[in-house]
Amino acid sequence: MKGNEALAEAALRAGCRFFFGYPITPQTELAAYMSKRMPKVGGTYLQAESEVAAINMVYGAAAAGARVMTSSSSPGISLKGEGISYMAGADLPGVIINVQRGGPGLGGIQPSQADYWQATRALGHGDFHVVVYAPSTVQEMADYAYGAFDVADKYRTPVMILADGMLGQMMEPVELPDPLDPADLPEKPWATSGHGHARAHNVVNSLYLTADALERLNVERYERYARIERDEQRAETFMTDDADIVAVAFGASARVARSAVVAAREQGIKAGLVRPITLWPFPVDAIEATVPSAKAYLSVEMSMGQMVDDVRLAVAGRRPVDFYGRTGGVIPTPAEVLGKLATMNEDLAKGGE
Amino acid sequence: MSCNLDIVLAGFGGQGVLFAGKLIAYAGLLEGREVSWLPSYGPEMRGGTANCSVCLSDDPIGSPLVTSPNALVAMNQPSLDKFEGSVVEGGVAVVDSTLVQRVPEIPGVRMRALPATAMAEEAGFKKLANIILAGKLYAETSFCEEETLWKAMEKCVPARKAAMLEMNKQALKLGMEA
Amino acid sequence: MAEKELKTVFERPHALLPVVTNYCPGCTHGIVNRLVAECLDELDVEGRSVGVAPVGCSVMAYDFFGCDMIEAAHGRAPAVATAVKRVHPEGVVFAYQGDGDLASIGMAETIHAATRGEHITVIFINNAIYGMTGGQMAPTSLPNQVTQTSPYGRDVSAAGYPIRVCELLSSLDGVAYLERVTVDCPKNVRKAKKAIKKAFQNQVDGVGYSLVEVVSTCPTNWGMTPQEAFVWMRENMLPYYPLGVYKDVVAEGYANAAEAAAARAAACPMANPAPATEGGAR
Repeated sequence: MKGNEALAEAALRAGCRFFFGYPITPQTELAAYMSKRMPKVGGTYLQAESEVAAINMVYGAAAAGARVMTSSSSPGISLKGEGISYMAGADLPGVIINVQRGGPGLGGIQPSQADYWQATRALGHGDFHVVVYAPSTVQEMADYAYGAFDVADKYRTPVMILADGMLGQMMEPVELPDPLDPADLPEKPWATSGHGHARAHNVVNSLYLTADALERLNVERYERYARIERDEQRAETFMTDDADIVAVAFGASARVARSAVVAAREQGIKAGLVRPITLWPFPVDAIEATVPSAKAYLSVEMSMGQMVDDVRLAVAGRRPVDFYGRTGGVIPTPAEVLGKLATMNEDLAKGGE
Repeated sequence: MSCNLDIVLAGFGGQGVLFAGKLIAYAGLLEGREVSWLPSYGPEMRGGTANCSVCLSDDPIGSPLVTSPNALVAMNQPSLDKFEGSVVEGGVAVVDSTLVQRVPEIPGVRMRALPATAMAEEAGFKKLANIILAGKLYAETSFCEEETLWKAMEKCVPARKAAMLEMNKQALKLGMEA
Repeated sequence: MAEKELKTVFERPHALLPVVTNYCPGCTHGIVNRLVAECLDELDVEGRSVGVAPVGCSVMAYDFFGCDMIEAAHGRAPAVATAVKRVHPEGVVFAYQGDGDLASIGMAETIHAATRGEHITVIFINNAIYGMTGGQMAPTSLPNQVTQTSPYGRDVSAAGYPIRVCELLSSLDGVAYLERVTVDCPKNVRKAKKAIKKAFQNQVDGVGYSLVEVVSTCPTNWGMTPQEAFVWMRENMLPYYPLGVYKDVVAEGYANAAEAAAARAAACPMANPAPATEGGAR
């Protein structure tokens, strides 16, 4: 199954019956899959007039209490920024897929990870975060798309799956999660679904004209974010126990970095890998666990260097943090990363003398 | 018997390199191995170039993008020109000599040229040059049990296209025996 | 003295909450809010209604209506309403929007919700100016109209012409009903009420997308008394935005917008495949 299709099928199995999208490469298979399957399961696939409209439809469906998803690729995600900020401001759950391509501007259509800053820092205006998952296999595309709906509902927040063109297009074996019946999902008492004269009217809103009220709400929301940071960090570590050099990489570049780490070990270089699965919250605990034994860090990305900022923040000056990346849609090769690891290893040896 | 294979299949869009890659990946899947299949993609265009990376492995697959293949299937000259330099020593290259005029010698690489397009036309299975080449690759690398290969073909061609399935199987056989 | 039995002759509609609105004195929003609430009461749909408020002077409408309410981003009310209606097809969903929201920043959402024939009701307040932000030129500001951002009058050679929304939408097949009304006198208020009620009734009956445009005033930003504003509106806006019905598929003899659309495209075999004849030949 293709990564894009795994995202779609997992969403359906999580009880998502509403999908609003707009065509863009390289996420097309996802929308096509939804357009084929949604009518068969009594759901709604709607091709919106724009990404802006699509994300506001997500806002509406979420407000109405449904599990809802949209997908796009980098330029389209920029357009969705408006609605994502409003969702955060109105505490609405929803899942947004970004199958990244190279940028800025129209950029290219080859795989990229250059929307890291956007996803973790600035998906829209205002004080807010979005939970961001970075799967690195087709299996994880399915698992995290499925779980994203629970996390979104639990914390009443938008959740993003940050994939890329390589993961979206590739096929790997995948075991799909059990399907949920949307009717079995917990009620959302805050939803605007018609009060039936049984309760006061519900209002879904992000406007607060009194500064104190808005501050209070933002502070409350950040208390929720603190819980997310405490409970939802996810990362995988590989050969880090005795590693001198710890590579940090997510998504597609983590696969490249893993190959490089294996090759480095064969050459006697003690390398390891921390693979963040959540980009926000950034898995600082996993990084922290490696600091005592690591001598240096290497952030490997398909960008000019974005996650490296978070690695530096987590390492907090205690160890040197280096960067290797390719951009514009070029995928780094394991050999390139290995070369970088070897150079760093030599520098460490020199420094140690 | 099965070895780890990093395969690149390349040709023109419409020659079926993606399908041939899928067949190989399915065979690996049926044997419970780690597999990945990654197509190149670009602006949708008929007649453009297409290629895909297929990995079969007993260990988790790192990068699914094959940059140093130990098996190459090239269905035209530009594809061979593009990838011939990347094949690792001890690897194999299977090329369609109907469409490839210049078959190079690559040191340390087994070069297997067969006129797959002409063979397909002669046998009456137009458009199945891809499968003939996949059969030849199988003969060279034995990337799975033979029985698995036939099962994979049945998985890849829908049951309602019985005639298609039969032709595909014959093409595969033709390649294996070439 | 025996007490006379008291008879209620006027009361607040149930669907309008007992709150003080933020509308300026003399603004017509209050009248239209009330008309909408009366319709929700009379059709007995408040309990299954979801309203979508815009960005503009009626941004706080979510605090005024008694039904469930959503505050949308600027211009996106039709997209939000579309999704709510898709999630709750049995609900009654309406968007309440001003001219900047509906006809400028949200024009794409407006046109596409209309052409999709979303089963929603749209109430459109056209007062030819941006009120909330302090009186800037709107997509419906008249030629030569002085606003904060057209201080020498709207120069059509630079700023282009006003958009006539009902006329524009009337060409779309998804639309069931369009009427332009005003609320400058009791007679016109009654007409407006009738139109708004029809726009909601259409939704209840599944007839299709319905929009009522209410030509309104903005005494504050026009710099007039409410009375002067109505005079200016009658003299200048109504000739440019004539009142009346711009589309009504039911009056044309169709059951709904879909039927009217099929009739209009009758000559197109792709749009209108003939039913299979006996024996399946076609």
